[in-house]
Amino acid sequence: MNTRAAKAKPKAHVNGANDKQEFLELYRQMCLIRQFEEACGEQYSRGNIRGFLHLYIGQEAIAAGVMRSLRAEDYVVTHYRDHGHALARGLDTNRVMAELFGRATGLSKGKGGSMHIFDAAKGFMGGHAIVGGQLPLAAGLALACQYKGTGGIAVVFFGDGAVNQGVFHETMNLAAIWDLPLLFFLENNLYGMGTAAERTRAGGVDIYPIAGSYGIEAAMIDGMDVLAVREATGEAVKKIRAGEGPKFIEAKTYRFHGHSMADPARYRDHAELDYWLSRDPLKSFPKMMLDRELATAEELAVVRKSADDEVASAVKFSLESPPPAKSELFTDVYA
Amino acid sequence: MPTMTVIEAVRDAMRGEMRRDPRIFIMGEDVGARGGVFLASEGFLQEFGESRVIDTPLAESSIVGIALGAAVNGMRPIAEIQFADFVWPAINQLVGEAARVRYGTGGRKTAPIVVRIPYGGGVRGGLYHSQSPEVIFAHTPGLRVVAPATPYDAKGMLISALRGDDPVVFFEHKRTYRLVRGEVPADAYMEPCDKAEVKRPGTDLSIFAYGLMLHYALEAARLVHEQDGISAEVVDLRSLRPLDTETILDSVRRTSKALVVQEDTPAVSVGSEVAAVIAEHVFFDLDAPVMRVAPPEIPPMPFSPLQEAAFMPSPEKIAAAIRELAAI
Ligand SMILES: Cc1ncc(C[n+]2csc(CCOP(=O)(O)OP(=O)(O)O)c2C)c(N)n1
Ligand SMILES: [Mg+2]
Repeated sequence: MNTRAAKAKPKAHVNGANDKQEFLELYRQMCLIRQFEEACGEQYSRGNIRGFLHLYIGQEAIAAGVMRSLRAEDYVVTHYRDHGHALARGLDTNRVMAELFGRATGLSKGKGGSMHIFDAAKGFMGGHAIVGGQLPLAAGLALACQYKGTGGIAVVFFGDGAVNQGVFHETMNLAAIWDLPLLFFLENNLYGMGTAAERTRAGGVDIYPIAGSYGIEAAMIDGMDVLAVREATGEAVKKIRAGEGPKFIEAKTYRFHGHSMADPARYRDHAELDYWLSRDPLKSFPKMMLDRELATAEELAVVRKSADDEVASAVKFSLESPPPAKSELFTDVYA
Repeated sequence: MPTMTVIEAVRDAMRGEMRRDPRIFIMGEDVGARGGVFLASEGFLQEFGESRVIDTPLAESSIVGIALGAAVNGMRPIAEIQFADFVWPAINQLVGEAARVRYGTGGRKTAPIVVRIPYGGGVRGGLYHSQSPEVIFAHTPGLRVVAPATPYDAKGMLISALRGDDPVVFFEHKRTYRLVRGEVPADAYMEPCDKAEVKRPGTDLSIFAYGLMLHYALEAARLVHEQDGISAEVVDLRSLRPLDTETILDSVRRTSKALVVQEDTPAVSVGSEVAAVIAEHVFFDLDAPVMRVAPPEIPPMPFSPLQEAAFMPSPEKIAAAIRELAAI
């Protein structure tokens, strides 16, 4: 069983009232993602969402914690497990859900689906279904930021499976030699589909040391601790904006469900799952807030309710949205 | 005779050949502990052990490249690409390297690898889980490219591929995996990897198809026979490289009309080649222009269910084309 990340103690740097709003916001985002994903699972079993669906449940602290340090001019690129990143980046919940339903009101008019959430207005340059395919794209976005002097940076999310692709190493090297404003964010949930990272990584399950061989500064953090994620990202982003070149963060995390809806995840043992469930950020974070009297139970309940309502209306919006017109089949092929 | 689905036939062929030939091993993502995403190698890890059922890191170019190297050194690897859509990182290893081993070594070395590739749409897979990239390989001299459609062919052709000395790109339509069931002999047998087959004889026109489209074409042929009395011959191409021109031309000579059905977009495709071969060799036997049923020229495949249906050929669309062609 793999419980490596447990060692890092939650860091709660609490500075009074200012933090209260911020913490409630982090909690709101995590609740929104969790509720959204639960609803997706349900809509999938009802046949309203079809195809391949990868839930982010368990990893919410990462998306929520990272996005707080980003600005409008920054870019976010991710893989197919992308709903959480999209929601935390502030994409419209209704239109994300409608995309999953394949409706005309979806962010890509229903052409992309769950794995290809995209919103240029938010600098959200996609969900990408080809593992590792998003990495050089993110470096290209960062290169253009640098070239144009916009001050923007790019953040690219990827999993422990993606680091086995050659393109990962190519991108690390290029980003390093060109000092690209790029944050590599590795969500190491210990498995790529059914394959445990420790069976496929020469250096073991900790991956961040690879970055050192490219001269890229790297940190390893507890991905179940939203404050640790926020803090590490804040530091890395500050340095990237200051022109120090790419940075690398590895967050240890866990997906509570199978790889996709088709995966019962029999390759993981119960003790391991139970261990990670016991570290659920949607339990530990509100508990910390209560323990430190940063929020009352009522305040937390209000946050949860607002997330639930937002998701319920996104489902309703999607169900009521029309499918794309057949003529849409032929649009968006060439300039 | 036992009946099996396509995926069971694939599994049966691999299991039997692995028992027979210790040079055969399987490598790919999740082929071991999980038995493959489509369960093609379910139970293999237990039977054959880790040295012959190898879970690889997520790295397609290495999966195919290492299989190739091992093949050149006397092994008979089966490389599994999870979905056809993920084969692009391995293109260099297949098109650039495997295809040229025999020619480039003046015949002294061969590259007997079998690369199994589940492909095709109609599964709500959207842009990256639905593609039919067979033409890239079918364009490449030095590779053999096959796409069996039935359990019988899947088993027999996979056994031939594993016993042959050439690199074979073995396309399995993932929608057929559990949809199509048929009789399959329990013992080993070889179906040729370079022969088309008439799956339904007919006299009015010839339909050429492969993979899932074969089943749609058969369904359409049944429909028009019942409703319109049209006798359509259905030819299963099975081998995309080499194309079995003899069987194709023979059929057109008899029926004088040709309809090509495919799931890949039509421009510069397997269907284009079938049409070209017909035009070159039996032009004066034709009573009508060659017709095609294929998706529109847009990147495959839209996710939205209705659009996916609009993209994919269907038995109804094929039946409509048959009626049109028959009326000429
Ligand atoms: C190039 C490529 N190969 C294989 C796949 C199939 N596949 C999809 S996700 C996945 C595992 C990826 O694991 P990881 O990068 O750790 O991300 P996680 O799913 O754990 O978030 C695999 C093998 C793919 N989409 N693309
Ligand atoms: Mg992973």
